Amino acid sequence: MSITQLSLLEQAVFVLAALVLFTSFALLGQARLLSTIHLFAWQGLALALVSSLVATATNEPHLYLSALLTLSLKALLIPWMLHRLVRRLELERHAEPLRHPVMVMLAGTALVIFSYWIVLPIERLELAATRNIIAISLAVILIGLLIMVMRRQAVIKVIGFMSMENGLFLAAVAATHGMPLVVELGVAFDVLIAAVLFGVFFFHISESIESLDVDRLNRLRARDKS
Amino acid sequence: MADLLNSPAAWGLALVQGLLFLLAAPLLTAWVRRVKARLQNRRGAPLLQPYRDLYKLFAKEAMVARTTSGLFLAAPYIVFGSTLLAGAVVPLLAVNLPTAAIADVIVLAGFFALGRFFLTLAGMDAGTAFGGMGASREMLVSALAEPALLMAVFTLAMTAHSTNLSSVVAYQLDAGLVLRPSYLFALLGLVLVAIAETGRIPVDNPATHLELTMIHEAMILEYSGRHLALMEGAAQLKLMIYGVLISNIFFPWGIATEFTPAALLLGLVAITAKLALLGVLLAVAETVLAKMRLFRAPEFLNMALLFSVLGLLSHVILEVGA
Amino acid sequence: MNSPIVLALTHLSLVLLLVAALWAVIGPQARGRHIFFGVLLLASLSALVAGLGALLGHTASAEYPALGLPWLHWHLTLDPLAGFFLALIGLISTAVSLYGPDYLLEHRHDRTALGHLGFFTALFVLGMELVVLAGDAFAFMVAWELMSLASYFLVVFRHEQAANRRAAFLYLLMAQIGGLFILLGFGVLASFGGGFAFDAMREAVLSPLWASVAFGLAFVGFGMKAGLVPLHAWLPEAHPVAPSHVSALMSGVMLKVAVYGFIRFVFDLIGDLQWQWGVVVLAVGSVSALMGVLYALMQHDLKRLLAYHSVENIGIIFIGLGLGIIFLASGQPLPGVLGLVAALYHCLNHALFKSLLFLGAGAILHTSHERDLERMGGLLRRMPWTGLFFLVGCLSISALPPFNGFVSEWLTFQTALQAWSLEGGVMRSLIPIAAAMLALTGALAAACFVKVYGVAFLWQARSRPVRRARPTPLGMRLGQGLLALLCLLAGVFPTGLLQLLDAVPQQLFGQGLTEATAHGWLWLTPLSARTASYAAPIVVIALAAVWLLGVWWLRRLAVNRIRVYDPWDCGFASSIPRPSMQYTATAFTQPIRRIFGVLFHLDERVERGEEIRYQLQVGDRAWGLFYQPVERIIRAAARRIGFLQSGQVRVYLGGALMTLLVLLWLIS
Repeated sequence: MSITQLSLLEQAVFVLAALVLFTSFALLGQARLLSTIHLFAWQGLALALVSSLVATATNEPHLYLSALLTLSLKALLIPWMLHRLVRRLELERHAEPLRHPVMVMLAGTALVIFSYWIVLPIERLELAATRNIIAISLAVILIGLLIMVMRRQAVIKVIGFMSMENGLFLAAVAATHGMPLVVELGVAFDVLIAAVLFGVFFFHISESIESLDVDRLNRLRARDKS
Repeated sequence: MADLLNSPAAWGLALVQGLLFLLAAPLLTAWVRRVKARLQNRRGAPLLQPYRDLYKLFAKEAMVARTTSGLFLAAPYIVFGSTLLAGAVVPLLAVNLPTAAIADVIVLAGFFALGRFFLTLAGMDAGTAFGGMGASREMLVSALAEPALLMAVFTLAMTAHSTNLSSVVAYQLDAGLVLRPSYLFALLGLVLVAIAETGRIPVDNPATHLELTMIHEAMILEYSGRHLALMEGAAQLKLMIYGVLISNIFFPWGIATEFTPAALLLGLVAITAKLALLGVLLAVAETVLAKMRLFRAPEFLNMALLFSVLGLLSHVILEVGA
Repeated sequence: MNSPIVLALTHLSLVLLLVAALWAVIGPQARGRHIFFGVLLLASLSALVAGLGALLGHTASAEYPALGLPWLHWHLTLDPLAGFFLALIGLISTAVSLYGPDYLLEHRHDRTALGHLGFFTALFVLGMELVVLAGDAFAFMVAWELMSLASYFLVVFRHEQAANRRAAFLYLLMAQIGGLFILLGFGVLASFGGGFAFDAMREAVLSPLWASVAFGLAFVGFGMKAGLVPLHAWLPEAHPVAPSHVSALMSGVMLKVAVYGFIRFVFDLIGDLQWQWGVVVLAVGSVSALMGVLYALMQHDLKRLLAYHSVENIGIIFIGLGLGIIFLASGQPLPGVLGLVAALYHCLNHALFKSLLFLGAGAILHTSHERDLERMGGLLRRMPWTGLFFLVGCLSISALPPFNGFVSEWLTFQTALQAWSLEGGVMRSLIPIAAAMLALTGALAAACFVKVYGVAFLWQARSRPVRRARPTPLGMRLGQGLLALLCLLAGVFPTGLLQLLDAVPQQLFGQGLTEATAHGWLWLTPLSARTASYAAPIVVIALAAVWLLGVWWLRRLAVNRIRVYDPWDCGFASSIPRPSMQYTATAFTQPIRRIFGVLFHLDERVERGEEIRYQLQVGDRAWGLFYQPVERIIRAAARRIGFLQSGQVRVYLGGALMTLLVLLWLIS
């Protein structure tokens, strides 16, 4: 099914889905900690927009609610919390450039193609178009994991984790027009709790090893032995 | 195709369009400079200043370094000629002109590459350190920009099933308003490539004449008189070509599809408005951004490549379906 | 249509080559090399004409009961595919025969050297022609080995230096391993087809698995000879050490013979294509193209640099072939044929410009004995003709319009852009990425040749021998001029060439590119006029018009004066700067080296003593990643079976007895 056959609203959903994917790539490549947090907020905003557009297109009012939830939680609250955390840990100027940016970007591209390949055999969905958005959301999830693998900074690892959740949310909104509201609320609450817990952990980690570079946690093992 | 190629009127119109390209290019440069000056609280030079500069340069005698070879004298003509040829291929006022069939968009990139080849050789010819530096950097920037450019163009070509610029624009007009994620990314990629290729901030600074990080100006340091005029003219043309490419491919509305005076006039007004707007955007961007270190330039171009790749992928995944 | 004239010309060419080889050994010394190259020229011309005849439809075939084994006669087949490559061999060796006599001037008193070179050059060309003409696997393999061995002896020509002996040995080793793979590949086909003649193999019906096995063997075997990454290691070692006209033949023609073998094997003999092969070929081709050009950028030995560019261009050819396989196997014959034709076109183009560049490098070597770019400079003013021709070669290889390299790369791009017609979404996204790699390759090649031309031909000489360089003699200029002219013609009149080339896909698939030339000789429209078009003649006319108008207009303005003065250089140069202050080749590529640093094995050293010394060694990663592990495995395996080598005669005899018993048991 070609994009020209869809309504403008649905086309806009596609554009936003592609933008979500782009923000994932940007998260992968961004060196500065603060910019990464801002990018994450943008991703949340794009998701909220996707959600509200789908709500308009399909006449499912409860999606407006989840859009609002996404907006407040992922575009505002969590970024604000992370921001405050970074300021309190005095990491505003922290930057960690990728070692081989081209290779990592290539890996990201390969992940996108791979997720498309995985999703291709799914034919039972009523709309082929939704299947394609599932490919995008799978890619967002995988890239989120890639962020957690490639980056050493603990805060960025958390952002990677949250962007994985964003991918799941995108899949839910696009393929099944959202999860039941109860489930969604539960997940949102979980994410919030996770963010708070991570924040507490960061304090402890940075107090005990004076850095948030997770690779340095290895030293704890060495200390244990001695 | 055959009837168009044999129509003298169409060829005549194509010639007029080429001349228009030639005449309007300095104006666009002047416009960008003027807006930039205003943004920086300066009065700025009048819009006709580049024409005066070119006229003055043509009237002066040319100085040629004694260490150069014949290639140094030939290069300005080749650089200017290939850029002009590239301009002739791009639809400015109307689609379906016969000149558009001479070359498709890949050949267009080839024309730019040809000009660049001689530009860099001319930069190296005098053997000065600045010339070599500029040439080396120009080749680096272009080597990274070219795949991004072609990748962005491929995205369009895969959609329109054609690499002919005129066909691509006509396809866009036919399809009407379609929000394509791939076009968004291709547009972003192409803008970044255009900035790098035309030597604008943040990759290069067009206003400098002595800076250790200069690229384009370093190569034409030894030129003077008419040779310098040709080189400057080629640079202005290149900016114009990229401007027209971006505005007519992504926002084709207004361009003439038939050769009536009314349609052509509308085309002229439309492209003037689009270029004026684009010029303002460029001036604003140049005012807010700072020039990057040379070794940040690859990151900038990697970004362009990433945009183009994402454009392609979103085209394949989201737009075609299977 | 069997044409006796074409067959006679082919025979004439082969016989003349034998005569030339004999003459080189027994002929008199005085003026001997002129007669040798004269005979070679005649042989090349007749091969060229015969090949063109075959392309125009006058094919030929013959069987020789007197040659070969009693039950396996040699066949000679000259169909359009063979004709194209025969013409290519003839064309390049024509230019080489014009170039040769003057190039070997310094050896004119050295009877042995001339005899050695002449004998093996003639046999080398003979071997290549026979490979192309062979109509059965047996003749093919014999000719293949003749080609490999003769070129080995040409590589060891300067065997006084240990490095050259090492390069030649490496070459021989890899040629033999490659030959083994090809032999096995033919073996698979022959066992299914019931005979070694190509006609029998064509009839064979292979299971997909066995077809893939045969394809894999052929790909490795021919790819090794063609110099695909990572099997390219011999190429940058062996090509530079041969005399330049032989390097031109090796890089320009011998690699194409390997491509011929691959096309013959895969597109003609094996039968049904599988798209997975295309993906493999495309991937290996893209990597070869990119790695080839990146390594070429890092070289400052001119001939070595050119050799690495051969890796790049072979990669581009294989990109075209890979695309062809993918499209043909997916039931899209038109783009598939376009891919094959683009590859063939690039074969011709690469043969033209690479030979031209090697001949140019030979001209520099001839007059200044210098191969190192860092010691050259200012050669354009000292050897203007060579400079001009070399510039044409640089423009062609950098794929710039209106020269020939551009046309074939453009056709390859056009093939890749038909990816939308494929079924699989993954293919649709991978093929344009490969095309982007091709674009990167082209841009880097341009960077590399700006470096070569700028450093070698422009500004001032960096060493005394180069400063005393003399213009090249007439014969050498003729050889280069011919190739340069052909580079331009093949770029400006692509339609005519495509009409010639059309015979090859017509023969293989019964389908040609009728649309490509449908709009007259001016317009090249590979698939349809709407998809894409290119009018190279108009480009040339327009460039010339801009030039003439510009000059005329300036004359009108009466500002023709030019004052010659010292360079300005932002006021840094008080007088003419010294040659040592110029940008060097290493400096030119420093930014690129920094960006792609991961891909090279860099050894960079700065010594700060009285004067600062900078040393840079760029090694090929393929050695560490591919060859050394293989070597370790072989060593380990050798150690394992080393216990057999006890040195006692009785053990060896025991081994012989066991072998005999096992064989008898197998036969019974």
